[in-house]
Amino acid sequence: MWEVEIRGMASAHALLAGSVLVGSLMPALTVENSSVYGTHLVWLYSVSACIAVVNIAVFWLLGISPPTKKNTLSYKLSRLIRSCLYFLLSCLFFHTVVVLYGAPLLESALETFSLAVLLSTLTTLRCLCMLGPNVQAWIRVFSRDGAMSVWDTSLQITTGCSVVGAWLGAFPIPLDWDRPWQVWPISCSLGATGGFLTGLLAAPIWIRWHRKQLTYKLK
Amino acid sequence: MKLSSSVFASFCLITELLGIALFLRGFFPVPIKSSLSSKSKLSDLPAEPVVGSNPNSTKVPPPLFNRVVIVLIDALRDDFVFGPSGKRFMPYTRNLVESGSSHSFIAKARPPTVTMPRIKALTTGSIPGFIDVVLNLNSQALLEDNLLWQAKNTGKRIIFYGDDTWVRLFPKHFLEYDGTTSFFVSDYTEVDNNVTRHLDSTLKRDDWDVLILHYLGLDHIGHISGPHSSLIGPKLLEMDDVMKKIHTSVITTEAEGTLPNLLVLCGDHGMSETGSHGGSSEAEVNTPLVLISPAFPTKEDMGEPVVVEQVDLTPTLALALALPISQNSVGRLIPAVFEKASLREQLRYLHINGHQLSSLLRDSNPGFHKEDGYEQFQMAEKAHGSWMKLYVEGNTSEVLSNIAKKVLKQYLEALQAMSAALSKQLGKYDMYSMMVGMSLILQILVLLLLAMPEALSSAACVDLPLATTFVSLPFYLLVLLGSSVHVLVCTSSEASCYFCSLPWLLAFAGIIFSSALFCTLVAMAARRALKVDNKQTKTSSSEWTLTELDVLLLIGTLGHTLSLASSSFIEEEHQTWYFLLNTLCLAVFQDVCRKYFREKRRTGEDEESLLLLSTVEEKGASFSPVTELGVSADSEKWLALATPLLTLACCRMLRSLNQTGVQWAHLPDLSHWLNSGDHKVFLSLLSVLSLLLIFLLVQRHCSLVSKIALALGLLGVYSYRAAVGSVLFPWQHSAQAMSKGTGEAHFVYVFVLGILFTGVKDLLQSQVMSSVVDGRRLKSRGLWEVYSGMVLLVALLFRAHNLPTLACCLLIQTLMAQFIWKRLHYDAAQTTIMHYWFGQAFFYFQGNSNNIATVDISVGFVGLESYVEAPAVFLTAFSTYAGPLLWACHLVCYLSSERDRAVSLGHSSYCFALLRSIPAVLYIMLVTALRYHLFIWSVFSPKLLYEAMHTLVTMAVCLFFTFMDQDRTRRP
Repeated sequence: MWEVEIRGMASAHALLAGSVLVGSLMPALTVENSSVYGTHLVWLYSVSACIAVVNIAVFWLLGISPPTKKNTLSYKLSRLIRSCLYFLLSCLFFHTVVVLYGAPLLESALETFSLAVLLSTLTTLRCLCMLGPNVQAWIRVFSRDGAMSVWDTSLQITTGCSVVGAWLGAFPIPLDWDRPWQVWPISCSLGATGGFLTGLLAAPIWIRWHRKQLTYKLK
Repeated sequence: MKLSSSVFASFCLITELLGIALFLRGFFPVPIKSSLSSKSKLSDLPAEPVVGSNPNSTKVPPPLFNRVVIVLIDALRDDFVFGPSGKRFMPYTRNLVESGSSHSFIAKARPPTVTMPRIKALTTGSIPGFIDVVLNLNSQALLEDNLLWQAKNTGKRIIFYGDDTWVRLFPKHFLEYDGTTSFFVSDYTEVDNNVTRHLDSTLKRDDWDVLILHYLGLDHIGHISGPHSSLIGPKLLEMDDVMKKIHTSVITTEAEGTLPNLLVLCGDHGMSETGSHGGSSEAEVNTPLVLISPAFPTKEDMGEPVVVEQVDLTPTLALALALPISQNSVGRLIPAVFEKASLREQLRYLHINGHQLSSLLRDSNPGFHKEDGYEQFQMAEKAHGSWMKLYVEGNTSEVLSNIAKKVLKQYLEALQAMSAALSKQLGKYDMYSMMVGMSLILQILVLLLLAMPEALSSAACVDLPLATTFVSLPFYLLVLLGSSVHVLVCTSSEASCYFCSLPWLLAFAGIIFSSALFCTLVAMAARRALKVDNKQTKTSSSEWTLTELDVLLLIGTLGHTLSLASSSFIEEEHQTWYFLLNTLCLAVFQDVCRKYFREKRRTGEDEESLLLLSTVEEKGASFSPVTELGVSADSEKWLALATPLLTLACCRMLRSLNQTGVQWAHLPDLSHWLNSGDHKVFLSLLSVLSLLLIFLLVQRHCSLVSKIALALGLLGVYSYRAAVGSVLFPWQHSAQAMSKGTGEAHFVYVFVLGILFTGVKDLLQSQVMSSVVDGRRLKSRGLWEVYSGMVLLVALLFRAHNLPTLACCLLIQTLMAQFIWKRLHYDAAQTTIMHYWFGQAFFYFQGNSNNIATVDISVGFVGLESYVEAPAVFLTAFSTYAGPLLWACHLVCYLSSERDRAVSLGHSSYCFALLRSIPAVLYIMLVTALRYHLFIWSVFSPKLLYEAMHTLVTMAVCLFFTFMDQDRTRRP
């Protein structure tokens, strides 16, 4: 039982990690003179889009998300609209938090918002795919001992890692090295992506390591 | 010996402060200064020594040179001229060096090999220490006796082109100047073209006596690409061109009947193999010094250049131009320059230089009699006197010149010995004192860490095994060892350290204390290890569970300490604190959410909290928001949720109020906007609002009398600001001339003292009260009154645009106390760490930075007609550290009005001591390791002073804690 779930999750994570790679390579192949530093926003949106597509494909189409009771079209549509709304709200939330952390309010607002989009893709989108637009479920998963399945634990780990990665990515900014990756928001978005990849890698390993201690009550 | 946590913390901080003071004394050598405050004058020169007869001549020997051109090339390393690259890139200069009429030397610069101290060294002849550099940040002009001042004073006309450091150091000294800024390191052509473009016209004129050129380009190239870059060659060729131009126009073409001219080529410091400078490696220290003048004999071959000190140029130039040598110069003249003068004049030059050095030695070294150089000089002076007698008598034999040569040699030896003795005291770290201080504070830190479980236990008592220490053998062995090391170090020949110059009784007491501390440490560590062993046999699993908040607090404290190793993070330390504070607020927000959303389902908890509420109401404690603000339990939840968010918003606003640091300090901020004159109305409105908010927030805990006093005081603050002219007064009709506002400030001071007095009276009264509950209530009120007195004083001292900072500080304190710390049951340690972080952040919110220049000195004049040292220093320190002090004071008030405060005051004072010790101690160790770093005096040294000052402030706070904690022991 454990082995099967962990293997499934590992392959899903491998797909996601691959999508990050594809997202990084795509601008290099299609757009001329593109580099991660120079045309950072292109890279950022390309990675976000790839992750989003793969996430939706893996979790929604393959049916890992909880089965819905009602199966009418209107219900599905309302869920879709609510999901989009939540995603937008989460972008705004991340934007606000980043500004509170000291990002300039008006200058380079586009860069700040792009970072917020990336962060939302890495965190909120996964929640939306796996839990649906259901705030109660989110609160349950992200409170202490709230995980009810392996997928919940992996969600906790990847989300935490992404946010912590972005947090750590802000540290090199005050250094006076004048490097191209110190420009706002490159170090933060790179940190978030790195954190996300670390989370993808760490989640199966961690769960496997702790499989004795992990007990999911309601399962 | 059992000590309560607070006493223990105060003891640790006091000891630490002593250690830091000792360290600072060793780190910043005391500059050598002549006791005379005025500058040297020609009339002060000693008479020529003649045995037997009255001194007949006090006249100075005539000048040797007419005009002087000094070409200073920044970062000119000796091998750029004397080495192979000199041959390739500076052919003209090299030709002059090898076969022209010139003298060449290698001049050794002293660390810090940075431009400004080097310029000071070249002009004053002294060796500026780090403390000089730090303390003179505000007064830019060089006030010390120096060559340029002397030259200007005797009517020489000086022209300067080059680095604008000179213009700042010597305002009004130059007949004509054009300063280029060295700010843009990446520019290495424009800076030099700006100098050279004046050259042709200036060289044609003859209305100047001294021309100084300071070229920066080479230094900039070094910083960009190092000493082996391809850019160096063209730059040296350019410099060679400049030398050629000057040489052909000034040196070779001179008018008949005038004295020869002199051209000096020198560097201020070298550059290391990576192109930087500041340290003390050979490549950074060795600079070329080439003196070119037709007065010198033409050379056949170059030979090895003689090594001299950089400061030797000062007395040489002074004597060659017939100027008095500047007082604090430690240089000795370069004899080769004076070779052509007559023997009598040569002796006279040496005598003047020796006299100046000996009087400086007498002033700076109490044991000057024992110095070899001083005795040698006395002997040489006597021999000089008898030679003069023979000379005056008209004796002109071969013997006379032989004697003269002997005297000359004696003089030179004396000069060298005296100069060496003087410069040994300077520019050198007193490592022994630094080590003693460092070991002391390191021991204290280990002691604090070892005592953590006991100090934070429910008893809040630390058991120091002192008694066993004093009877143990290792203690006596350590004392013996320490004393022998002390004697050994102090009697060794080179020692000139502060710790040795202390009275031996004091030093011995220090050694005993340090040994006892060490033994205590070992004993405590052993006890702890034993306990851990026992525990492990009993329970294998650890009982420590850390919440996310604890992890954050730990990581933040350690991460901040580690960040101090980087100069950028020191410059931008405020960013670290803002970042940590934001994260803290978010973590708190998460905790609040968890409490109000997730745990609501567990009804038991809810009931419990209701129960808590009711008990609080019954007791009538002053802290229930339900009773106090008229808030219902439901809206309390929303207020609690909003508090961290409001705090975040406040912090973001304050962050853009004052830009500090270095990299982004130039960006426009709100305070500039508010102070810009056009927006006076906004500033006035903001001040009024802030003052109102301050009154509303502070008055709640005070007695009626204090409330009225506070209101009047805050009115006084506003009228003071109006009188000074920073805000508008609504009913001020006539455009009054700006006054100093002394009367208004005195008015406020009266209320501050009044409120403080009431508070202290309440505190004292509560000690003698019989009823426990009444006593506690009175004490709490007294504390809040002391707190409001402080707030009023801060409101007076803060500039008008900073009043919102104070208001936000009070708002956050009130909200956090009401809804967060109390509701979420944070323990004393957590609350203390949060207070400490907030205090640090507010230190930077008010516009401070780790640069001495941001200290607002004008605060020292509030309410004073003229500068009075003691109150000015106190007020400046108080207003600089207002943020940390207010938060610490709030912590005392908050903890005292809590119910379970039995041990919390002890815990929190211990936490304060630990939180201050960790960064201070580690920073001091870092600074010791980085003492030859390029930025040691510009970044690390000011921060060191800030750390020391902060420790002092924390000690004062801890003593206050201890005092407040005392009655717990008396009345359980």
